[in-house]
Amino acid sequence: MNASVRGKHSLRRLKLPPNPKVRVGIAIFVFFALLALLGPFVVQNVMGLSPSDVDTTQAMELPSAEHLLGTTATGEDVFAQLVVGSRISLLVGFVAGVITTTLSVLVGVAGGYLGGRADSFLTAATNVCLVIPGMPLLIIVASYVQGRGGWLTVALVIGLTAWPWGARQKRAQTLSLRHRDFVSAAEMTGESRWGVITRELIPSLAPIISVSFLGAVVGSMFADAGLSFMGLGNINITSWGSMLYWAQNGAALTRGAWWWFVPPGACIALIGVAAGLINFGIDEISNPRLRKPSKEVRARARAARLHAAAGGSAAKATAGKSAPVQEAAS
Amino acid sequence: MTVPALGTVDATVVEPPPGRRLRSARLGTARYFLRRLGFYAVAAALAITLNFLIPRLMPGDPASALIAQMQQKQTLSGDQVHAIYRLFGTPGEPLWDQYVTYLNQVLHFNFGISVAYYPTPVWEVIRTGLPWTVGLVGLTSVLSFVLGTAAGVVSGSRVGSRFDSFMTPASMFMGSLPFFWVALILVLVFGVQLSWLPTSGGYDGDMLPGFNGPFLASVLQHGILPALTMVMASVGGWLVGMRNMMVTTISEDYVLLARAKGLSKARVMFQYAARNAVLPSVAGFALTIGTVVSGQLLVEIVFAYPGVGYLLYQAVSSVDYPLMQALFLIVSLSVLAANFIADSVYGLIDPRAREARS
Repeated sequence: MNASVRGKHSLRRLKLPPNPKVRVGIAIFVFFALLALLGPFVVQNVMGLSPSDVDTTQAMELPSAEHLLGTTATGEDVFAQLVVGSRISLLVGFVAGVITTTLSVLVGVAGGYLGGRADSFLTAATNVCLVIPGMPLLIIVASYVQGRGGWLTVALVIGLTAWPWGARQKRAQTLSLRHRDFVSAAEMTGESRWGVITRELIPSLAPIISVSFLGAVVGSMFADAGLSFMGLGNINITSWGSMLYWAQNGAALTRGAWWWFVPPGACIALIGVAAGLINFGIDEISNPRLRKPSKEVRARARAARLHAAAGGSAAKATAGKSAPVQEAAS
Repeated sequence: MTVPALGTVDATVVEPPPGRRLRSARLGTARYFLRRLGFYAVAAALAITLNFLIPRLMPGDPASALIAQMQQKQTLSGDQVHAIYRLFGTPGEPLWDQYVTYLNQVLHFNFGISVAYYPTPVWEVIRTGLPWTVGLVGLTSVLSFVLGTAAGVVSGSRVGSRFDSFMTPASMFMGSLPFFWVALILVLVFGVQLSWLPTSGGYDGDMLPGFNGPFLASVLQHGILPALTMVMASVGGWLVGMRNMMVTTISEDYVLLARAKGLSKARVMFQYAARNAVLPSVAGFALTIGTVVSGQLLVEIVFAYPGVGYLLYQAVSSVDYPLMQALFLIVSLSVLAANFIADSVYGLIDPRAREARS
């Protein structure tokens, strides 16, 4: 019922929130997405650099005009590797993030909505999978796979092991929507359970799902980098993780070749920070008390404190004027 | 590695503790522990079953490949060949029979012989690495919990103060970094550029391990950078989680009452607000153990620290399946045991956890 209206509604909720932390975070994501899409073409075809050309006469060179980020132990251009490698790193993160998010939405929303025995079973399964440490499991599976299937296998394995965190969160959110009027209304018009989940619940959870998707992308990129760093996964395809692996193997650390391993790690870290910013910004939107009070509010509080003999309580009353917003990510 | 901010997990928890119902309380406690024990038993069974199934589900025949690989080094006795089949799968034998013999092997800590450390039995190899990892993980996770939570109390009690506006963004930043990359940077700065601290191994290679002063000093010195990495990477999560809970708790009526009674600021902060605000952090502690251990595995590789992470790396690079499988099992079971302990502590300090029916 009224699918178009609801669609518009959820679109409006996805509009860019005014919180500066969220905006910076999203900008970083957009930057890296563009880099992964267009960067390899620009670097290879426009700038004429190659990420894999070996030139032993120019090994381990410091950053220069010719090699913006220096060269590796075999004389490959680090800048070209960084840009070309962004594509595989982001692709693995994206695909694994899609798998993780899909699984966690299905398990979490279905459990929260259906309730009863199905919910008990799904919750127990989620919790059990949650406590089994992910990284060792990934390492074992990846070492049996031995690079068969390329990056897709890595993404698949990461996606299949990373879903429980999200499932828990989405179940909790679904429980809070379970008895809202629009759900009951849909049920009364004869909507099937599957229909309620896909047409009513999932669109209402869209903001939460999109934030947790970004988190899943970052988590998967970390896992992929960790796997490559151990020499598993795709160390012969240029990616940020394989750059770190070859840097570690080429004794970049002991030779002080920071330009080799700092940039790929910094890119991964920057994307991690972007996800952190968005998470934190969303928390601030849903709970205004977490925000640092604005200059104006602080000035008013100070004035009030000067006036009042009691001090503390008056300032609190002024600061409390910013009405608490209940809706998450509105 | 990115743990969702703890404050968002369970914001409804903070309300003054309900009155105790003494008679049912003791029964509830017993039931709580039994239920947790049952849950972790199921999880352990799943870990063991996964460990059994993974080599059997993989394409190819790992057992035969392994035997071929080991026979290049030395001829295997009939017993050894049998042991490998029992651990990695006998082609043709029903899966259930294989499972029973496999469980029997595991119960006797018989994980076969390591390829990387041939001919040492796998269990012997793991035993040398376990204390290093358990020591480092235990120390650093408790340390970062205590430090992060204490800083979170200070930060959350006055949002926007100078301390808060520096610490919160800084720890959010630190918490978003991959553990092993932080380790690389620390090695570069303190080990290579400044040469202040050793960057590889668990102790000075020239020394004989023993329980004496110089050796322990060497262990401590080698542990500083790995420990610093772990604390730096995980302290931020606790700080932000605690800060966000403090902010919510501090506007509760009972905190206002404590203030109105004229109690000292510190007493209100720690005895009234923090005691309740810390509960979600304690509840979340169990769930982060797995993440911390996963991060630690990679950090150990950077520092060549002689724990299970470095062993796992050795196993992976020399395709040592027996060692790898056993390490996965031991790490999973240790994480589950640590989880159970953390859960039990939470059950002891929060009566609502014991009374909850779900």
